[in-house]
Amino acid sequence: MMAHEKGPIRYLLNGRERVIEGVKPTTTILEHLRRAERLTGTKEGCAEGDCGACTVMLSEPDGAGGIRRRAVNACIQFVPALHGRSVETIEAIGGQGLAPVQAAMVNSHASQCGFCTPGFAMQLHVGWLNGEIADRQSVKDLVSGNLCRCTGYGPIVDAGLSLAGQAPPLDAAADAALAERLAALGGEAMLAYEAPGGRWFAPRDVDELADTYAAHPDAVLISGATDVGLWVTKQQRELPLLIDVSRVWDLRQVEEAPGRTIFGAGVSHAAAISALTRIHPDLGEVMRRFAGHQIRAMGTLGGNIANGSPIGDLAPCFIALGAGLHLRMGDSMRGLRLEDFFLDYGKQDRRPGEFVAAIDVPDLGNNEAFFARKISKRFDSDISAVMAAFRLKIEGGIVTDAALAFGGMAGTPKRAKAAEAALIGQAFGAEAAGRAAAALAKDFAPLTDIRASSRYRLEAAGNLIRRFAAEHEGGRNDLFAVTAEVA
Amino acid sequence: MQETRIQDRGEAGTIDPAEAPGEKAPVLEARIRGGVAAELRHDSAAKHVTGTARYLDDDPEPPGMLQVFIAMSRHAHARIVSMDLSAVEAAPGVVTVLTAADIPGQNDYSPVFGDDPIFPTDKVEYVGQPLFAVAAETIHQARAAAKLARADYEALPHAVDFDAALAAADAAGEDLLPPHEMRKGDADAVLGRAGRRVRGRLEMGGQDHFYLEGQIAYALPGEDGDVLVRSSTQHPSEVQHNVAKMLDVPDHAVTVEVRRMGGGFGGKESQPALFAAVCALAAHKTGRPAKCRLDRDDDMEMTGKRHEARIAYDLAFDADGRVEAAAFDHLIRCGYSRDLSGAIADRAMFHADNAYALPAARITSRRLKTHTVSNTAFRGFGGPQGMLGMERAMDRAAFELGLDPLDLRKRNFYPAEGAETTPYGMPVTDSVIGEIVEELEETSNYRARREAVKRFNEGNPHLKKGLALTPVKFGISFTTTHLNQAGALVHVYKDGSVALNHGGTEMGQGLFTKVAQVVAEEFQIDVTHVKITATTTAKVPNTSATAASSGSDLNGMAALNAARTIKDRLIAYACERYQVPREQVVFLPNRVRIGNQEKRFRDLVGEAYLARVSLSSTGFYATPGISYDRETASGKPFYYFAYGAACSEVVIDTMTGENRLLRVDILHDVGRSLNPALDRGQIEGGFVQGLGWLTTEELWWDGAGRLRTHAPSTYKIPTANDRPDDFRLALWTKGENRAETIFRSKAVGEPPFMLAISAFSALTDAVIAAGKGRRFPEALDAPATPERVLAAVNEVRG
Repeated sequence: MMAHEKGPIRYLLNGRERVIEGVKPTTTILEHLRRAERLTGTKEGCAEGDCGACTVMLSEPDGAGGIRRRAVNACIQFVPALHGRSVETIEAIGGQGLAPVQAAMVNSHASQCGFCTPGFAMQLHVGWLNGEIADRQSVKDLVSGNLCRCTGYGPIVDAGLSLAGQAPPLDAAADAALAERLAALGGEAMLAYEAPGGRWFAPRDVDELADTYAAHPDAVLISGATDVGLWVTKQQRELPLLIDVSRVWDLRQVEEAPGRTIFGAGVSHAAAISALTRIHPDLGEVMRRFAGHQIRAMGTLGGNIANGSPIGDLAPCFIALGAGLHLRMGDSMRGLRLEDFFLDYGKQDRRPGEFVAAIDVPDLGNNEAFFARKISKRFDSDISAVMAAFRLKIEGGIVTDAALAFGGMAGTPKRAKAAEAALIGQAFGAEAAGRAAAALAKDFAPLTDIRASSRYRLEAAGNLIRRFAAEHEGGRNDLFAVTAEVA
Repeated sequence: MQETRIQDRGEAGTIDPAEAPGEKAPVLEARIRGGVAAELRHDSAAKHVTGTARYLDDDPEPPGMLQVFIAMSRHAHARIVSMDLSAVEAAPGVVTVLTAADIPGQNDYSPVFGDDPIFPTDKVEYVGQPLFAVAAETIHQARAAAKLARADYEALPHAVDFDAALAAADAAGEDLLPPHEMRKGDADAVLGRAGRRVRGRLEMGGQDHFYLEGQIAYALPGEDGDVLVRSSTQHPSEVQHNVAKMLDVPDHAVTVEVRRMGGGFGGKESQPALFAAVCALAAHKTGRPAKCRLDRDDDMEMTGKRHEARIAYDLAFDADGRVEAAAFDHLIRCGYSRDLSGAIADRAMFHADNAYALPAARITSRRLKTHTVSNTAFRGFGGPQGMLGMERAMDRAAFELGLDPLDLRKRNFYPAEGAETTPYGMPVTDSVIGEIVEELEETSNYRARREAVKRFNEGNPHLKKGLALTPVKFGISFTTTHLNQAGALVHVYKDGSVALNHGGTEMGQGLFTKVAQVVAEEFQIDVTHVKITATTTAKVPNTSATAASSGSDLNGMAALNAARTIKDRLIAYACERYQVPREQVVFLPNRVRIGNQEKRFRDLVGEAYLARVSLSSTGFYATPGISYDRETASGKPFYYFAYGAACSEVVIDTMTGENRLLRVDILHDVGRSLNPALDRGQIEGGFVQGLGWLTTEELWWDGAGRLRTHAPSTYKIPTANDRPDDFRLALWTKGENRAETIFRSKAVGEPPFMLAISAFSALTDAVIAAGKGRRFPEALDAPATPERVLAAVNEVRG
């Protein structure tokens, strides 16, 4: 067994050192703040990471001598995630007075009932510190994971936007000192936290992870907790053994190699956006609508793939691109086509003790066209009714290779083989697209559920093939590019 | 102690000479700070943004506080054959299990009809209905223990949708509540011989309140069987009464207090009584304080929502596009019990005409039972449903008659002068809708945009735009006349500071701020001298819910009356002491002129105290001149109407049904605003909430009667990206209430919600364009999700 520190959780709370011992590892940060620390400014609105009322700032060393700051949902994060990190809450960001975002929100009448307000303030504050406030759209995207039922959002967005010109009071030296202090709190070895109700290991590199998981193949892997968190808050599941992969630095790398990009499984959605956008702008757009900002900051690509959800947005995109997975168990590695990973609903080709290490995504080749769209009831932070990602190789106007991948259409993310066959060998246009759309009925018999009926899913999926054909000729034409014209 | 001239210690009246009245010249200010019409911030704004505003779950818990979890039915309709809770009682941490057998008084938390059992004894009637409760040391223990219950059920047939509900009602020969009808003239005769007749049907979904703070209450047992309940409620008096009747104690034994709610929207009018009753019962049984705070999913499954409605319309028009007669048949899905459904369904009928004078009308309403949660109050209280029926009819009629919908609407507004009567016989004497719509048509550039939309639609094969300008006329008053009363309690302390209390509750709407402004204005003191205090049944009794948009109308007046009583006493004192006539006592900003001298307000107050003048008063207000006879369905149920209009431009994707609101222009009448900033907040927030109701918010029940959209992961209220950047909101500058309301302001809580109907009409317009104007999208029901829009596009292209 590798070296580990059987120790308490050491972290900074609003700048003060704190130690947690004897607290069940699946206690949420929110519960700990509100009940043990009596910091009640952070609110519980949903306990599932969908409303943002519980947003706090989580800071940690960025590995380059500085600090990485993220706004996170305290309601689904567990207390061991605090180890060696710093959390700041709404009570502290203003020092003795009001932080700029707080003053701006007061001035623009941005609160009514006030219950969502601390979460918005924290989210905007962290966005401001991270230099993410530029224009109105950037503010709206920042608060895409925050719900307000009173204001209609205008005054909140105004308040956020008013920070655009103000430089945040950041200081590299102070950050460096904080990074050192946090590193010291984190200790020399892997955290192994144990308390009544469970154990928590937090390996720091991939070898340590492989060893730990091999030794505890029945453990649950957890990274951003954006899914596992809900197993506890919503299903009251007991998770006696957890391995936290969020500190594994070598899983957090994005490697842009010639012809391909290799995403470590621990790369967050937020961190993946720029590389995905480089592969194709549609991927960036899909990521912008993936969950809310806080979830994108914590959730990882590997988590989104490995949990096998039939409605995850990334899997269809990566399948269409012909991506592969790197899986590791102990010291052995194997590669697998992503589309072969999903065996059936809830069942993946992953053995006990084996974990997703990386996703290997080829670039689009010459003559390859790509298209990815998400359809959901709401623009932001909604699970897709249909997620479509298409890659076609078109040579001399003729489709020579096709990958049409869908989410929301079957028990797993899946390619539409019949529709692909209907395209191959055809001139890509309305006619071929229509035949491919019709062929979808052979590929899929989707469910009717809260997000859409079976009929709608089939029809919309087919229409997205038609849309691809239309846009292939005429350029992008969707409602997100339209404005009211007359002043 | 410079601030307090009169000390409690020492001999009354012995004053530091330096502080003697009149020695310190009052500051001559032109205007008080924070009076009426000031754009004062919400009183708790600074506390909101720093997380220091306390909600119930933020209060420090007293030692021994029990945490209560309510176990819920998993059946839509079933007889309870047996229930064994012994394993629950034996589970770790459990202190007690609560069932109907523990209730000393009435097992009911309903507002009116006695049909909402706290814990059912023989049958369950919806998935999510409370079954029993567990009080434990921690909420985790309570939750875990509840899973150990063993129960046998005998499943009974359930009705969830309209068709099943109708079939069940017809088979039973009885609806949940008796049907109701309003008649004006002989509409059916006119319809029968009409040349231009437009008929159709629209169905609209319900809506979850999604207040960000879920339902919560806690109870602190006192002596003599008393209990103090803190509840997140819009209706403290009803919570008080329900707890008392459950415990079988007089109302005076129960005190209910609420400082603020994290949102209400009607969802905390009748619903909180359940949670208050359950924790009061736990406190009663154990002698320990007890808290009940709901998880979001449990809240959404357990508590009532906006009523779903199906409305059939039938209208006759003359050659000029004027309505000759209109008939509406409302079907209202009430859920398993009556709750407030009668009054809500009535209000839907009261708004079936919206802003249009109907020479003849017949409106019928059936209130149906479904095996779903009991639907309840929600902003608009039935008004939105009634109004949407009318606006759909207008869109349909404009299509059939070949008119621009705005032209058709304008031809039918209640006129500004004269007194056209509503279908319930009330003369509309304050109509300003024509004027507002004219102005908005101009400022929104409606006509030019109509042309631009047409051009866009001709040029884009896949995307279609739509435009609509729709009116709102909303009746202000509780239609249950006796509820239109309010009380307040004002204390002026001898340092000149004021404590204000009234029966209204603060749920974010800014009521406390507005009423404080009223009191500041009346005393002519800066609002900073007015302390806003928590609503409590111990100070103001027998209050009505803070609902029906009536909060500032009623409580503002009651507080004004209380302040005026004290002011009158101060004037009487000054007249006598300084031997001046009454008209020579004038309240100026933070000072009072008495004859030819001026005193600081607080100096006058201090003197009056020494002269043994009472500086505390209650105030009361009852809205005058309203009455409604439900037998004849006629009368004057409303004190006045609030008006507004909105113009929305949308775009739809005809291949996926996705849709977006691109721009909205709003012109709304708030009378003379008490606080324009707060009013704008209500209007924008109401609009966006209405937009959610009509577009993304979908309640979805499965075949077993389970609500499957019971969390924000599945139930989608608008986010910041759903609000258009191009959002142009104006208060109508000519607004002035013709009724004698508080400073001639108008209520603003509910009316703006219905401005969002413009977006739904615009979506309808876009779908019509998708079919090149050949057909009307009869199938476009609300909410207009991508799926419904796509189906409607298929229909018009079909």
